[in-house]
Amino acid sequence: MSTATTEPVLSYDEALEKFDPVMGLEVHVELNTKTKMFCGCATEFGAEPNTQVCPVCLGLPGALPVVNEKAVESAIRIGLALNCEIAEWCRFARKNYFYPDMPKNFQTSQYDEPIAFNGWLDVEIPAASGDGTEVFRVEIERAHMEEDTGKSLHVGGSTGRIHGAEYSLVDYNRAGIPLIEIVTKPLRGAGERAPEVAKAYVATLRDLLRALHVSDVRMEQGSLRCDANLSLRAKAADGQAQDDVPLGTRTETKNVNSLRSVERAVRYEICRQAAILDGGDKVTQETRHWHEDTGVTTSGREKSDAEDYRYFPEPDLVPVAPARETVDELRTTLPEPPAQRRKRLQADWGYSDLEMRDVVNAGAVELIELSVEAGATPAGARKWWTGELARRANAEGKGVDEFGVTPEHVAELDRTVKDGRLNDSMARQVLDGVIAGEGSPVEVADARGLELVQDDDALEAAVDKVIEANPDVAEKVRSGKVQAAGALIGQVMKEMKGQADAGKARQIILSRLGVG
Amino acid sequence: MSTDIIRSSAAEIADALARREVSSVEVTSAHLDRIAAVDGDVHAFLHVDAEGALAAARAVDDRRAAGEELHVMAGVPIAVKDVMATKGLPTTCGSKILEGWIPPYDATLVSRLRAAGMPILGKTNMDEFAMGSSTEHSAYGPTRNPWDLERIPGGSGGGSSAAVAAFEAPLAIGTDTGGSIRQPAAVTGTVGTKPTYGGVSRYGLVALASSLDQAGPCSRTVLDAALLHSVIGGHDPMDSTSIDAPAPPVVEAARRGDVKGMRIGVVKELGGEGYQPGVRARFEESVQLLVDAGAEVVEVSCPSFDFALAAYYLILPSEASSNLAKFDAMRYGLRVLPEGVDDPSAEQVMAATRDAGFGDEVKRRIILGTYALSSGYYDAYYGQAQKVRTLISRDFSAAFDKVDVLVSPTAPTTAFRLGEKLDDPMAMYLNDIATIPANLAGVPGMSLPSGVAEEDGLPTGIQILAPATEDARLYRVGAVLEKLLVDQWGGPLLATAPELTAKGA
Repeated sequence: MSTATTEPVLSYDEALEKFDPVMGLEVHVELNTKTKMFCGCATEFGAEPNTQVCPVCLGLPGALPVVNEKAVESAIRIGLALNCEIAEWCRFARKNYFYPDMPKNFQTSQYDEPIAFNGWLDVEIPAASGDGTEVFRVEIERAHMEEDTGKSLHVGGSTGRIHGAEYSLVDYNRAGIPLIEIVTKPLRGAGERAPEVAKAYVATLRDLLRALHVSDVRMEQGSLRCDANLSLRAKAADGQAQDDVPLGTRTETKNVNSLRSVERAVRYEICRQAAILDGGDKVTQETRHWHEDTGVTTSGREKSDAEDYRYFPEPDLVPVAPARETVDELRTTLPEPPAQRRKRLQADWGYSDLEMRDVVNAGAVELIELSVEAGATPAGARKWWTGELARRANAEGKGVDEFGVTPEHVAELDRTVKDGRLNDSMARQVLDGVIAGEGSPVEVADARGLELVQDDDALEAAVDKVIEANPDVAEKVRSGKVQAAGALIGQVMKEMKGQADAGKARQIILSRLGVG
Repeated sequence: MSTDIIRSSAAEIADALARREVSSVEVTSAHLDRIAAVDGDVHAFLHVDAEGALAAARAVDDRRAAGEELHVMAGVPIAVKDVMATKGLPTTCGSKILEGWIPPYDATLVSRLRAAGMPILGKTNMDEFAMGSSTEHSAYGPTRNPWDLERIPGGSGGGSSAAVAAFEAPLAIGTDTGGSIRQPAAVTGTVGTKPTYGGVSRYGLVALASSLDQAGPCSRTVLDAALLHSVIGGHDPMDSTSIDAPAPPVVEAARRGDVKGMRIGVVKELGGEGYQPGVRARFEESVQLLVDAGAEVVEVSCPSFDFALAAYYLILPSEASSNLAKFDAMRYGLRVLPEGVDDPSAEQVMAATRDAGFGDEVKRRIILGTYALSSGYYDAYYGQAQKVRTLISRDFSAAFDKVDVLVSPTAPTTAFRLGEKLDDPMAMYLNDIATIPANLAGVPGMSLPSGVAEEDGLPTGIQILAPATEDARLYRVGAVLEKLLVDQWGGPLLATAPELTAKGA
């Protein structure tokens, strides 16, 4: 896919030995309001191109914007959840630049008067000691409202990018969807943990936004998008404070569309920039594109200081001045803070610290909560999300929620095992089917004919056959070596083509051999 | 008969329609005939919709025949400035870049005209994107002043005022960003009101400068302007800057017409040097008439007005440079491919289209605005201009603490000759010196005829300004002055305008 040549990189350890990384993370969240930021058009994802448009979001001559009050409410709730101050009075501004997917050739955004500012979010990462977790406080610079652009589709050519394309199509359904941009202050002091902190921040933010019910937060659909700014500076000399060392030149990496990519992209940029600086060269201030497939970033457009968006206050809109009573009222609608929530859920579910950590790392807190709500046992839900699905997610470089498996599926799967319809290995086959899109667990089990044989006669007959064929093993068991029964159980399961309840087989074997 | 109809006021036509002495089809046809006869000379219209206007007229006549209760203005035809989006009717803003564009929606104001049952005769000529004071910047050729076809009809809304002055329409819609309703009214001997900013919805008004633009009525009498004002005014949820309050009682004010005990301020800074003698003489006579009618007149100083023009020519181009960015050939309007480029990029097509589609004045202001908003210059230009704007608003507030309305000549001169100021933008800009402060402060203003200047026999205008949302005061004062002047003249001023010879009639 990528045509870029690979740039030299330093090993991660060497990079961190020589340099101190400073990050800035910009997250764009598409709100899940029913209508767009400045007009009444629907916001449904995946609709036929250019069917959710009107004079306003198409930027037709004469059309005017009107602010979506629900979007402002969501923005305030996000600001409050991020411990921000909420502006008493703020305006929208026009960010002027020409681009075909932007109908007005300016984006209505907020510039120097964001709705929310000066906040923080605590994120937990596994402690360096390997025991428990440590908290890293991410300072939030601002959260502001803006509208999304349309989406260009470049047809022809090999890159899917505008250069070399035969022609381009634009879908304006996305134009005008409300976005909240959340910008961190420079994140210092994370050192070698920087990539982990970046990932944990986005994961925590995603969980928080999901709990606020303000966005679908689907990274793969683009409703949560992350741009990672990174710069390196020299390690402080002896006796010098690290923060006295001036910041280096930053790059902004775009197209980072999964949690795993956030971590990998930051890590890659650390190694790449370190190689440049180590060779005595200067890092170019630019936008870079992350390539999920090759795991590298490549140069996008240069972002020089000459880029001038000619911001000025949007004259077609009146200032947003949320009443303090409204803000206080919205404060009462906030969900529990994530850390507190995690403690409560851990207690409810009876997980050990280690188990809870795995759950958090897999980004599965919300998924398990929903699975339990759908009827799964906490243990069962954890087993599937952080066991089988997390294993696959790691192997494929995806998020656990990117397989099309829903909390309802997991609850159903867990129930079929608990009810004795499926055993574990059968359940794993069923999960394969669910991932392959064959339907719900019960539908897959039905279609594939997977079911534990409930016919005791058949099972007893199989046990008798196996005992007869293995007199030596049977004798061992009779003489008290109960663990030897395992070999017999395996034989029985084979005889039953896997469709037997192993527990029941064991019971019958033991009672036949007089030790049950 | 048809001559009588077209020379009647809109109020008279509305009454005749209500009494069923005449049908809307007859009234509309008479105006369409007049347009066919004289618009070859005047060129007030860019597009005439005879079919649509007659269909609307017929519908009103049918409803009236069926005994339906109709809007007081139902059946009275109207012309609309080509800057308002009209569903199914071309809307070019006087620019080549929008040639052939047919909006898929109606401006709120247009919907209100249609809802009132007012047939739309067509779209009127204007300076390209309302940039100009003479209508010479229209990409489709200038409009001529019915008083003297060698002279400009004012601008940007020269088409609307000329249409009304030439009896091609009893009423027209104009838009006023720095005087584009009032200055054309003054130089064509007609009436025009710029309502309070936010008083008439801007939804569907193709923006020149969003914070200054305001649509309003063009007419031949003060009462007619009030009647149209009340059709188009009032809150519109589609325009965030629309005032959320009932429309001011302008028709009652125009009918009442009383200035006894009112305090009227003459703005010291708007008059004197640079104002043509005939303009000043007619203005002073009008002020004296108001005194005779019982008003108390005082001189008021608004020192910041001296900086209004400079501030205006920073704010307007800044907003315009952004508002006009959407004309990029990607979605509608003109598309020009760059010459000598195989496989041009989107950016190259945008550039070629904007180069070919915009006229010189539009390009001049886009460049000015782009510069004024650039980082490093923003504070010195746009920021500073906004501060001046605040000072001008304060001058108005201080003045309105002392007086009920302010008055001044509308424009410093009568209509100048076509081409006379085309190569001198500053001279052209200075024509709006008296009208611009109202736009910067958002206050309402009206121009009505004050007579003709003896030196050139051309009409002059007087401007009345009132505090924001007090539009009714304009009509109260305007109606009194109009009556006194018309009595003095022995009939409407336009009756003294030279007869237009009907070409091919």
